[in-house]
Amino acid sequence: MRIILIFLKKEFAQIFRNKMMLPIIFVIPLVQLLILVNAATMEMKSIRMVIVDNDLSMASRRLASHFLASKFFVIDNYMSSAIQAQQLMQDGKADVVLCINRDFEKQLLNESSAKVQATFNAINGMVAGIASSYIQAIMADYQAELIQSGRYNRPVSIGVAGTNVAPAQLNIQHRFWYNPELNYKCFMVPGVLVVLVTLVGMFLAGLNLVREKEIGTIEQINVTPVKKYQFIAGKLIPFWILALIELGVGLTIGKLIFDIPIEGSLFLLFAIAAIYLVIVLSIGLFVATITETQQQAMFIMFFVMIICIMMSGIFTSVETMPNWAQMVNHLNPAYYFMRVIRMILLKGSGFKDLLFEISCMGIYAVAMLTLAVRKYKKAVA
Amino acid sequence: MERFQDIDKADSTVIWVKNMTKKFGKFVANDNLTFSVEKGEIFGFLGANGAGKTTAIRILCGLLSPTSGEAYVAGYDVYKQSEKIKQSIGYMSQKFSLYDDLNMMENIRFFGGIYGLDKKTIEQRTNELIEKFGMQDMQKKLIKDIPLGWKQKIAFSIAVLHKPKVVFLDEPTGGVDPITRRQFWDLINETAEMGITVFVTTHYMDEAEYCNRVSIMSEGKIIELGKPKDLKEKHQVNSIDELFFKVARNVNY
Repeated sequence: MRIILIFLKKEFAQIFRNKMMLPIIFVIPLVQLLILVNAATMEMKSIRMVIVDNDLSMASRRLASHFLASKFFVIDNYMSSAIQAQQLMQDGKADVVLCINRDFEKQLLNESSAKVQATFNAINGMVAGIASSYIQAIMADYQAELIQSGRYNRPVSIGVAGTNVAPAQLNIQHRFWYNPELNYKCFMVPGVLVVLVTLVGMFLAGLNLVREKEIGTIEQINVTPVKKYQFIAGKLIPFWILALIELGVGLTIGKLIFDIPIEGSLFLLFAIAAIYLVIVLSIGLFVATITETQQQAMFIMFFVMIICIMMSGIFTSVETMPNWAQMVNHLNPAYYFMRVIRMILLKGSGFKDLLFEISCMGIYAVAMLTLAVRKYKKAVA
Repeated sequence: MERFQDIDKADSTVIWVKNMTKKFGKFVANDNLTFSVEKGEIFGFLGANGAGKTTAIRILCGLLSPTSGEAYVAGYDVYKQSEKIKQSIGYMSQKFSLYDDLNMMENIRFFGGIYGLDKKTIEQRTNELIEKFGMQDMQKKLIKDIPLGWKQKIAFSIAVLHKPKVVFLDEPTGGVDPITRRQFWDLINETAEMGITVFVTTHYMDEAEYCNRVSIMSEGKIIELGKPKDLKEKHQVNSIDELFFKVARNVNY
């Protein structure tokens, strides 16, 4: 134990003497959160829409005004030529073309049912999908308004042709649990925090160890009677503490700037983060023991980290991944932590709800740490 | 070489090596080395670059395992008891191996600490060192801001801080000015007088004259071994430098 303390003292002396450390602790989380959270949003705020109104009736104008009022759509063109609209889409100047038929109002009055056509530029499938669901929501609004207005005796329905959803006869009320405003930031901030602690943990610890190899000081350690676990502990604990501090800084920024909800127990979150960090730090140290230079180590760690983070469900939902990918994800420590941090922050999940994730991470941590200690060799064959 | 056939592992023998061979693939770095080093001796390990000196030192320090043969350091087997060996030795490597971004005191406290010395002993020995070297004004300087000669003295002091049975010095005076080299050898002599065996490799043949015994290695083999005086007489040369050129040339140089 005393030996480990001696190592910690030395590591911290070196860490705080390193002028890069302060920026790493405070600037990196700030920049990452500000840039990634704001940039990687899936909320579409300005979908460019062209409305082709062939009806030019009260009803069609009323419908158009619903789109105009929406903050999601920017309506640059209101025209009556479908061909012209198509050209706009061809030129990449429109994301959606909404086509209202000539008999729109008449159909509404006579048959209480009408259709409009929406055409999406699906080059970016994500945009198209989101735009489609926004359009349906607005159409549903409009429908509700029509019914309320009482001008139509019979039930009214309007549907969007070109989407595979049946005309919304039923009044569906959406309620989004755990993130009622569908605030994308509430989803992204925890994700970015996972990236943050992974980055700090894996890289700082790993590179620190390889650096000792490069400058040769590790040889000086290897001729001492220091035990392997003491050495690994001496390399792991300082960065473990740093990464936890980093998580605290990140959470504070998230709360102050993005006002993310913190529904669950922070203590639980930090406890699980502590387990998670043992895994990533061990991965970093493991990589360091099998490499000789910082470049090699950096390359491997980047490779590992990008896969772990991308698979973890930071941007895309894990549940929609193919089965094999979901299986693979059980080997991905970031996957567990990504789930856990969101569940705790947004949903307020407690220890019992997270038992599975915690157990997996616990086993993983022990295995990875053992591997790192075993792999570190004081003597070469 | 006959006189080494009957060496036994007496208490006074600190390093005992018999037929030690180290191969890296097909390359034979150490070929059948046999020698022993007595307590308090200064043993010079000479040889050209690539002769296999560093490999031998690394084996004796427990950093490498030999391919075959026997080797004992401080009474411990290099195959099975390398961690015990490590407690009994000091090592100063070819590469400068103090922490650049720590100061002298921090380096001493760190290495002293991991050898299991208590705080009091560390402080006491540090103070002795500072006084001996007159390093008062260097205590708080980072190692990277200290001249090389001083660094080497500090590294040496750290290597013997825990009073090991034997200290291995791998080219300790490389790149150091003649005056500092001289001072460094004074340090080595003092250390040997304290009963610490010194096992030193060097390129400087004048330094070999200070050793009690030297061995000359070439292409992985020990080609000469004995007291500098005896070896010079045997080959009728005036200095180890001449001797080195003479014997090394015989073996394809």
